Amino acid sequence: MDFSSQRFVDVVVAVPVGQIDHPNAESLKQALAPILDATVPPIGALVLDFSRVTYISSMGLRVLLVAAKQMRACNARIAIASLQPVVGEIFAIARFNHVLEVFTDVRTALEHVSGPALAAFDAAAA
Amino acid sequence: MMRIRFWGTRGSLPVALTASGVRDKVITALRAADGKSFASDADLETFVDGLGQTVAGSYGGHTSCVEIESGGSDYVLCDLGTGVRPFGQKALARHGAAAPQTYHVFMSHVHWDHIMGFPFFTPAYIPGNRIRIYGGHEELEQAFRRQQAAPSFPVDFEALGADIEFVHLHPGRQYDIAGLQVNLMLQRHAGDSFGYRFSAGSRSVIYTTDSEHTLEDAKETGIYVNFFRDADLVIFDAMYSLADTISVKADWGHSSNIVGVELCQLAGARQLCLFHHEPIHGDAAIERILAETRRYEEITRSGQPLLVTAAYDGMEIEL
Repeated sequence: MDFSSQRFVDVVVAVPVGQIDHPNAESLKQALAPILDATVPPIGALVLDFSRVTYISSMGLRVLLVAAKQMRACNARIAIASLQPVVGEIFAIARFNHVLEVFTDVRTALEHVSGPALAAFDAAAA
Repeated sequence: MMRIRFWGTRGSLPVALTASGVRDKVITALRAADGKSFASDADLETFVDGLGQTVAGSYGGHTSCVEIESGGSDYVLCDLGTGVRPFGQKALARHGAAAPQTYHVFMSHVHWDHIMGFPFFTPAYIPGNRIRIYGGHEELEQAFRRQQAAPSFPVDFEALGADIEFVHLHPGRQYDIAGLQVNLMLQRHAGDSFGYRFSAGSRSVIYTTDSEHTLEDAKETGIYVNFFRDADLVIFDAMYSLADTISVKADWGHSSNIVGVELCQLAGARQLCLFHHEPIHGDAAIERILAETRRYEEITRSGQPLLVTAAYDGMEIEL
């Protein structure tokens, strides 16, 4: 599974690509590990850009929730952005829209989690 | 041929349809009938049947009790929740009290909601009847005796007139009981629970309730998938949402509709029946979960379609 990430001040925006099925859930877990373990400097939030995720299984969802628990234990936030329609349906069926913050796009997510990160994101996009 | 009959489908606690729930159904039905006329009772019944389970019926509120018919003369049940009471009344009405019957009962575990119907199972009070209660728990008999001991119940277990025997079963062995091949499997639940695979001829049904299937461990998942392999029907504990099973209700020992679909798809099962419904869910909530589960199956389907149903008290499935 392809995965990339970029830091904007105190927020990491990560972009997984493809299907997060049972085999790829482990790949996602490993890709997220260094971000979640980052303590110097600590991050205030992780935004997962799901615009290129076409499917997520229960195992993939489990990885997200475990990551959320780890972030919250450090008083940090996790947000999911840009769900494709089918993935949005899966989130709703699994009730993950009740336990994770979901936003229409990355910029909206950054608006909610960090002003400085949003400014850096806008500057990079300009 | 096997026929599965559901006498109790609710998890944890029996529930009853409330007055406001009945009122809502009547209002919905009258709205649907507005402007229509019915030439006969048959037309009216056809209309009512078309209103669906949520409006014209109910998913019911008895706790776990499922009957398996496979052509033999003995009765076969899974669990002794409150659903066993109407089952017992039906059996008595059919045979009368003077005709002794044999009942084989396979216990998932001995938590309260799975044994609480037994003190109200009238055939247990009638001499001549034979009741064989099977399970993987060492404390099987103790649990049944304790719930009828003072001060919890006025009639002690010793007062039961039927010939009652407790039989300890072991995972990994196959048993031939009442014309069925029976295998059991240890499951993840507080105090352990056991799932069953019943086979007769070319048909097989899995009864897996009060089991927290996580799919987290590939080896463990493989064991469950093999146990479910090519089953005609999987009766599955889908009490909570996936989010709940991973967050606030993690380690509570129950599963979700999502994991039910995924396990059945991995195993090539033909039908998934959602079971052990959360007691706070009304009929509309269960209907919505059923529709969502069917949609999830559609999204994730890669091979043969998996039929998805939701159990209700009185439901029958023929295999």
